[in-house]
Amino acid sequence: MSEPSRTVDGGTHPPEGPLFGEQRSLSASVLTYVYGLALAILLTVASFWAAHTELIYGPSVPMAIAVFAVAQMGIHLVFFLHITTAPDNTNNVLALAFGLLIAGLVVFGSLWIMQHLNTNLMPVPPQALP
Amino acid sequence: MNASAERQAALDEELLDLGPGLDARAAHGYASGHGRGGPASKRVVVGYGFWIFLLSDIIIFATLFATYAVLAGATAGGPRSQDLFHPGSVAAETALLLASSFMCGMATLAVERRNQSWTQVALLLTGLLGAGFLALEIREFASLIGRGYGPSRSAFLSAFFTLVGCHGLHVTAGLLWLGTMMAQFLAKGFRQNIRHRYLCFSLFWHTLDIIWVAIFNLVYLVGTTPYV
Repeated sequence: MSEPSRTVDGGTHPPEGPLFGEQRSLSASVLTYVYGLALAILLTVASFWAAHTELIYGPSVPMAIAVFAVAQMGIHLVFFLHITTAPDNTNNVLALAFGLLIAGLVVFGSLWIMQHLNTNLMPVPPQALP
Repeated sequence: MNASAERQAALDEELLDLGPGLDARAAHGYASGHGRGGPASKRVVVGYGFWIFLLSDIIIFATLFATYAVLAGATAGGPRSQDLFHPGSVAAETALLLASSFMCGMATLAVERRNQSWTQVALLLTGLLGAGFLALEIREFASLIGRGYGPSRSAFLSAFFTLVGCHGLHVTAGLLWLGTMMAQFLAKGFRQNIRHRYLCFSLFWHTLDIIWVAIFNLVYLVGTTPYV
């Protein structure tokens, strides 16, 4: 890691080590992925459990599953995609925030509007049904 | 020495003082974030550009999720999601894709260490697990269509096949990409541009797993509870 290598565009960068984040030992890197995998398995099992348990108040089961899902997506982002708070990652985090804003507007906006349309539509007479 | 060069020199010196981790970056013109230390390295720029593409892909999936959530009740007298989906097959698909994502992480570590044999083995396992996922999904689709519950049966099934099929197409494209990455590592070695392509592939593959997390939770788990 001493001599900077000349790249195609003529700039000098140190020879690259890791593709994500900083240089760490192999065992530490593997352990990070193992932690991520373990947490992901835990949350997946929790989701499947919540879907078929009597322990949670019935009507709140979908919300419980949604919470586990969001938590698992966060785990994947941090442990597998390495979206972290490191300075190199600031732009990625901001882009993610904007993407989530748009995705949230699309999903919740659609549900909200379609729900209102459904409630305000006239009931369909039986003879109009196929 | 003009004023801006002096300021740059002062900044460089300041960075050198921050510790052993930062001085190498400052000396080689690495970005340390916050606009100091020169332009970001190509690896950071490539990853950022591809991340923006992935976010736009996520927004496409958000529209498909919204469509599915709106149309999930529009069964036109046909089967509801509670009648069609069973957790067993979905659990197997989820396990395969999660294991595939993990193996892709192992491949990343092998690529970082320029270890050809481990890279090839890890990528092969990533691909086999992904292919297993795809096989289970195709089997499910074939079974649904065989029972007459194809995408033309109801708006609910149209939305289902669009959402899950779009994810399946992404996995198929990812498998093709994975095959070409294995070939490129073999033929061209661990050159910088090849490693950057692999960086993009690994981001793509992990993102597909995130989208699958949303699919199995919303479509297969929430969809089979009696409360929706």
